[in-house]
Amino acid sequence: MTAATLARQSADETPDPDTGKLGMWVFLASELLFFGGLFIAYLYGRTHFPAGWAAGSRRTDVVLGTVNTALLLTSSAAVALAVACEDDDRRRRWTARLLALTAGLGAVFLVLKGVEWHAEWHEHLVPGPAFALPVAGAQQFFALYFVMTGLHGVHMIFGVGALGGLALGRARERPWAGARQIEVAALYWHFVDAIWIFLYPLLYLVDRHG
Amino acid sequence: MTAALPASYLDDGLTLRSWLTTTDHKRVAILYAIAITAFFFVGGAAATLIRLELATPQGDLVSHDAYNKLFTAHGVIMVWLFLIPSIPSVLGNFLLPLMLGARDLAFPRLNLLSWYLYVAGGLVTLEALLLGGVDTGWTFYTPYSTMFSNSYVVLTLVGVFITGFSSILTGLNFIVTIHTLRPPAMGWFKLPLFAWALYATSLILVLATPVLAITTLLVAAERLFQIGIFDPAFGGDPLLFQHLFWFYSHPAVYIMVLPAMGVVSEIIPCFARRPVYGYASMAYAILAIASVGFLVWGHHMFVSGQSLAASMTFSLLSFIVAIPSAIKVFNWTATLYKGAIRFDAPMLYALGFVGLFTIGGLTGLFLASLALDVHLTDTYFVVAHFHYIMVGGSVMAYFGGLHFWWPKATGRMYPEIWARIAAVLVFAGFNLTFFPQFLLGVEGMPRRYHTYPPQFQVLNLFSSTGAGVLAIGYLMPLAYFAWSLLRGAPAGDNPFEAKGLEWQARSPPPTHNFDAAPVVPDRVYDYTAEEREPEPESAP
Repeated sequence: MTAATLARQSADETPDPDTGKLGMWVFLASELLFFGGLFIAYLYGRTHFPAGWAAGSRRTDVVLGTVNTALLLTSSAAVALAVACEDDDRRRRWTARLLALTAGLGAVFLVLKGVEWHAEWHEHLVPGPAFALPVAGAQQFFALYFVMTGLHGVHMIFGVGALGGLALGRARERPWAGARQIEVAALYWHFVDAIWIFLYPLLYLVDRHG
Repeated sequence: MTAALPASYLDDGLTLRSWLTTTDHKRVAILYAIAITAFFFVGGAAATLIRLELATPQGDLVSHDAYNKLFTAHGVIMVWLFLIPSIPSVLGNFLLPLMLGARDLAFPRLNLLSWYLYVAGGLVTLEALLLGGVDTGWTFYTPYSTMFSNSYVVLTLVGVFITGFSSILTGLNFIVTIHTLRPPAMGWFKLPLFAWALYATSLILVLATPVLAITTLLVAAERLFQIGIFDPAFGGDPLLFQHLFWFYSHPAVYIMVLPAMGVVSEIIPCFARRPVYGYASMAYAILAIASVGFLVWGHHMFVSGQSLAASMTFSLLSFIVAIPSAIKVFNWTATLYKGAIRFDAPMLYALGFVGLFTIGGLTGLFLASLALDVHLTDTYFVVAHFHYIMVGGSVMAYFGGLHFWWPKATGRMYPEIWARIAAVLVFAGFNLTFFPQFLLGVEGMPRRYHTYPPQFQVLNLFSSTGAGVLAIGYLMPLAYFAWSLLRGAPAGDNPFEAKGLEWQARSPPPTHNFDAAPVVPDRVYDYTAEEREPEPESAP
C-alpha cells in the first residue's frame, strides 16, 4: 500500500453542487431520444406523403401556434433571468417573481393549446372514421401532431408544476427551493422550450414557407 | 475493537416499513433481488411448459394459442423483468457505491423510486398475463399487434413502458454516481471493470430505452385509434416499427451482456490471482461494444425487405462488434496465464460464461452473414444463439456474481460443494438444452410452432431433458442460499482475498458502508500469484 490514498465518503461532505445538474443533463439526453422516435416517424411520413403533410399543416392554427412560440421563448428568458437573479444578492428578490412569471406564461401556453385542440376536434381533424381531410397522409400528419403536441403538453404540465412550486417555495425561503434546484428546473424548462422550437416549424409551417 | 460497531444494514430497522421506505442502496438491491427472483421463476415456469410441449411432435399439452401466449410471456418476463434489471439493479445497486468507497448512489430516493416503478410495471405485465396473456411474441411486430391480435397487447405495453422508466432512472443514477462520487484517488482508469461495464450499460439504458417507450406508445395509439403509423392498411409502414423496436432491442442485448462481462472481469482475476490482462483495452472494448452496438439493429431485418445497401452496412457493422468482444475473451484467457487458479463456484460460473459467450458470439457472426441468415432466420438456430448470449452469458454471470458477493451481502458463506455441483449442473443442462437447437435450426425447424415433424423429436427430447437439468441447477441455489442465511459459516470481511474496495467494508456492511475511509490501492486488480499457492486438491 505505498502512497495509498484515502477514499472520499460522500456523506461526510456536502453533496457535489453539480450532481443535480448532471442528473438533469443525462435525463434530457434520454428525453431527446424519447422525442427522437417521433421525429423519425415524422420524417417517414413527410417523405412518403408530402401532399398529405402539406394539406394537414395548412389546417393547423398558425396564429395561435406563433403566439405560443412567442410565449414560450419569453418564458425561457424569464427563467434564465431568475437563475441569474438568484446568483446576485442585490437582485435576489426578483427570483420568485420571475419563476412565477415563467410558470404563468407556461400555463397560458397550455390554455391556448387547449383552445386549438378543442377547435380541431370540432373540425374533425382528429384521426378516425369522421376525419375531414381526404388527402392521403393527412390523417398520419394529424396523428403525429396530436401525439407530439400532446407529449410536449405533458412535459409542460410537469414544468409549470415544478416552476410554480419553486416560485412559492422560493418566496417562502424554503430549503428545497434554492439556487441549485432552480437551475435544474430551468434546464428542464429550456429543454421543453427547445423541443417546441422544432415542433413549431415541423407542424405549422410545412406548406407556408418558401 | 472493543467499542460496539454500528449495526449492519440488515439489522438497521427490521420492520417491513423500514424496508419499503429505505433509500439505502444495499436494501434497494435486496428488494430488487427478491422481485427479480420471483419473475425469474414465473418466466422459467413458462419455459418449462414450452419444453414439455416440445418433447413430442404433436401439440398434446397446450393449444397453439396457449403456446403463443407461453413463449410471449417467457420472452417479455425474461427480457424486461429479469435480464435487463438483473445484474445492474441487484449487483450494480449493491456494489457500485461500495466499489467507489461512497456511502450511497448519487440519488438514493430516485433509486427507491426506480424499484417501485419496476414492481408496478411488473405487476401490470403480470396482470395482462393473468387476464389471458399476449400472443404477439415479445417483439410485438405490427400489424399483427396493432390490428389482429385479440389479446392484452396494450396492457402489456403499459407494463413494459413503466418498467422502461425504472431502467432509465437506474442508468441515470449510475452515470451521475460514477462521475461525481469516485474518490479523488480513483481516476477513470483505476475504476473496477464492473463499474466501467455499468457505466456503458447505463449509457445504453438512458439512450435506447426512451425509443422503446415512444414505440410502445405509438403501438398502443395505433391499436386504440388506428392512426396509420405502422399499419399498411392505413398507409403506415411496419418496417418503421421494426426499425424503432430494434433500435432499442438490439442495444438491449448489450444491456444484458455488458454487466455480465463486468462481473466476470471481477471474478476471474480474484480466483486466478492475476491482474486483469490488458485493463485499458478491456475498458475501451466495453465502450466500443456499447457504441457500435447502437448501429447494428438492422441485422434483425435482413429478410424484411430493407435495401441491400442497408443490409450490407448492418452486416459489416455487426462483424465489427466481434472485434472488441474477442479482445475481451482473449484478455480473460490471458488473465488465467500463470495464475494460481482456484475453481470455486463463482469461478466455475465465470469460466462457463467465457466459453458459452464465445459460442454465442461466434454463432452471431453466422447470423450476421447475409446469405446464411436468409436460411437461418426464424429457425431454432436463432433461438439457440441468443440463449447462449443471454442465458449462457448473462444468467451464468449473474449467478457467478451472486455467489461471489453473497458473503459480502449476508456475512455468511454459501456451501461450496453444493454450489459447485449446481454450477456444473447449470453448465451441463444449459448445453444439453440449447446445443441441439443449433442443429435443429440448421435442419430448418422454425421457431414459435408448438408442433414439428417427427424427425426432429430426438434433438427436441435432448433439449427438453436439458431444460430439466437446468431447472434443478437453478432451484438448488434457492435452497442452499436460504440454508446459508440461517446456518452458513460466518464469512469474514474478505473470504476470497479480493482486492476491490467493497471488500474493505464489513460483511454485511453497515448502512453507511465503511467504518473507516477505504484505501484506494495504487493499482487496480493488484493480485499476485505468488502470495497464495493453489490448493492441491482444488481441481475438480
